[in-house]
Amino acid sequence: MTAMENPGRFKPEDFLVEAAPGVAKHDVEAVRQPKSKKPATDVDGVPKGSWAEKPRIYAKLAKGNFRNAKWIVMLVTLGIYYVLPWLRFDRGEGLPNQLFLIDFANQRLLFGPIEIWAQEFYYVTGLLIISALALFLVTSIAGRVWCGYACPQTVWTDLMIAVERFWQGDRNAHMRLDQGPWTFEKIWKKTATHISWLLIGLLTGGALVFYFRDAPTLAMELFTGEASSVAYAFLAIFTLSTYVLGGIAREQVCIYMCPWPRIQGAMLDHDSLWIAYRDVRGEPRAPHKKGDSWDGRGDCIDCKACVAVCPMGIDIRNGAQLECIQCALCIDACNDIMDKVGRPRGLIAYTTERNMESRSAGPRDGLRMIRPRTILYTVVIAITGALMAWAMVSRSDLDVSVLPDRNPLFVTLSDGGIRNGYTVKIVNKNQTPRRFKVELTGIDGLKTTIVGHDNSSDPIDVGPSNVKALKVFAALPRDKAKALAAESTPVTITVTEVDGAVSATRDTSFRSPGP
Amino acid sequence: MTMAGHKHIDEVTGVETTGHVWDGDLCELNKPLPKWWLYVFYACCVWAFGYWMVYPAWPTLTGYTQGYLGYSQRAAVTAEINAAKAAQDTYRQAIANTPITEVKGKEDLMQFAMAGGAAAFGDNCSGCHGRGAQGAAGYPNLNDDDWIWGGSVEQIEYTIAHGIRNGADEARNSAMPRFGLDGILEPAVISDVANYVRSLSGSEQVDAAAAERGKATFAEQCAACHAEDGKGNQEMGAPNLSDAIWLYGGSQEAVTQSIVTGRGGAMPAWATRLDPVTVKMLAVYVHSLGGGK
Repeated sequence: MTAMENPGRFKPEDFLVEAAPGVAKHDVEAVRQPKSKKPATDVDGVPKGSWAEKPRIYAKLAKGNFRNAKWIVMLVTLGIYYVLPWLRFDRGEGLPNQLFLIDFANQRLLFGPIEIWAQEFYYVTGLLIISALALFLVTSIAGRVWCGYACPQTVWTDLMIAVERFWQGDRNAHMRLDQGPWTFEKIWKKTATHISWLLIGLLTGGALVFYFRDAPTLAMELFTGEASSVAYAFLAIFTLSTYVLGGIAREQVCIYMCPWPRIQGAMLDHDSLWIAYRDVRGEPRAPHKKGDSWDGRGDCIDCKACVAVCPMGIDIRNGAQLECIQCALCIDACNDIMDKVGRPRGLIAYTTERNMESRSAGPRDGLRMIRPRTILYTVVIAITGALMAWAMVSRSDLDVSVLPDRNPLFVTLSDGGIRNGYTVKIVNKNQTPRRFKVELTGIDGLKTTIVGHDNSSDPIDVGPSNVKALKVFAALPRDKAKALAAESTPVTITVTEVDGAVSATRDTSFRSPGP
Repeated sequence: MTMAGHKHIDEVTGVETTGHVWDGDLCELNKPLPKWWLYVFYACCVWAFGYWMVYPAWPTLTGYTQGYLGYSQRAAVTAEINAAKAAQDTYRQAIANTPITEVKGKEDLMQFAMAGGAAAFGDNCSGCHGRGAQGAAGYPNLNDDDWIWGGSVEQIEYTIAHGIRNGADEARNSAMPRFGLDGILEPAVISDVANYVRSLSGSEQVDAAAAERGKATFAEQCAACHAEDGKGNQEMGAPNLSDAIWLYGGSQEAVTQSIVTGRGGAMPAWATRLDPVTVKMLAVYVHSLGGGK
């Protein structure tokens, strides 16, 4: 049993033990470590019940460059997430003025001047492919930087832990509170923590639903009870999942639920950066007394500061472990200690397996960022990005689809003429109203009519960001129809903007009984 | 294999195995579930009991347990349909209050009527007239411009509402004599008349001599309804015989059979089954299929 698994064994005076002059030794054991490293009394390994206890981790606040970087990443990512739906963008009358809006009702995604329709969702697919490949690339270069810094689970857990520290204090105070009796102070501190978590969850769920509907309107509706039940349901789901995953489950999500830690092993190799304890330099570890020589011993003074700050509850000195999300907080903790004892920084640092091996033999090998796999990922990202950019640039703001009637294929008229019907859809992806002319050509003598229009040459009005479906009939007199060489004759439907150069043509066919 | 009662501990990890051994040496570690996971499982079991209580769950000999909530999917669908109808009420009211000839001029009403008409057509009419209103032998094609009872939107509405030859007084009624079955005309004469009728629409495979012989009989027996020139009479429901469209086919055999048996299909009076607004929307839809007058 470790001190944390059995809080009753915790004694404040334990913190008075020094690992080095002025450096306290933390009374902490990694809650997750190889069985062989656990105390002998715990090696029987036989499950005591039907479940494994969730180990309690009291992560100490780290201070240093990596911690600061994580604060900045948290500020930026959460800032974008919470603020984005509130930013406005003027698109003109009749269109939403929200900068980023997933408009389910009208089946389109709006982002500034860009408008992606449901049938163009491949742009989003392209973005997802690029994101996945970018994840592969950074993983092969620098290990689990996604997990350690940018993953929503990490960011929100970090935020929840910060809130918990605010109410209940850092590691020692928090542990004292947990082990103490249920006093009024303990009750209100715990209550305040959980209420804060729920409020963060509420803000998170709230921000999510704002992406799908005009944010100020929906916010008002949510408060007045007029919003749709779907909005409330999603608000509740995301409030609770943020509370449960970020506040309570925390590292359990990474260890038990997330498939990514298992997958990313495929991207790592000997040259990928990962966080490691340089045992060559650190071992043999031992407490250091004032005036003692550093010769013949390692730099590790076994103060366990690295273990105390770890949010995953591991001891980085045990080597690479599945649980490690490579958040680099142990680097901060150790660097701080190294400064205090006057040894060089970097006992725990970003390094590569190749460098670890080469160091144990002699000089450092250096970094190899450019490797076949990083080149491959970069090339595929570049190709996908170029394809996307090309598709985006060559994308027309006019889309036309033509659906010939299939049932019946053609209609015989009373004068013996043959008539075909087409459904022509004109998609105006422009945020201004436009007028179009529809022409059907290909057979001499075809008479075109558009349902609802007296004259087939009438301009067709299509509203901003709108679709107009037209029923177009094309009739061929009896003698001309009889002269057709086949049952299917190619014809072309051309849609031209009246006051513009934009036009689109679609090939289709005119069906008849044939010769 | 491990003996009963003897725990097998994996040496490397120090964890108990499940006791099963595959391929001689392959064991599975007995690793417990996280506590929260197990509790969620128990909670689901408890939830299931509650679910059985409040929702329909178990089959019985004659039916099923109803559940305390009294929920049924059928009732939910009915409620949804009623809610949808209530949501459509403004449009349905507007269509009810608009003369049918003016619906076409109002874009929003037209759009609603077309959608509603298409849905009602699929449910009620496509059984005989086909999904695309293309018809079949004996069931008119509603896409073309040939109308037995008139192709204006009001005439179409009347036909849909009251039907054809269904026994009701308001129905479109007409009856062609069974010239052959009732012995009114001799088979040879019928053949001549059929040739003549087919010549009216310019058919090229006509026995000219027979057609000439049939002309007098046509004037005598048929022209009263179908008119001298064979162009028919929509007031009486007499089809135009001079156009390119044949309800029962334009071959010599098909036309002969029409004269022998008199034909005469029937259509239900849809006003007895559908509400007036739906009938109106159906008329607007059929009228817009391309042949409306």
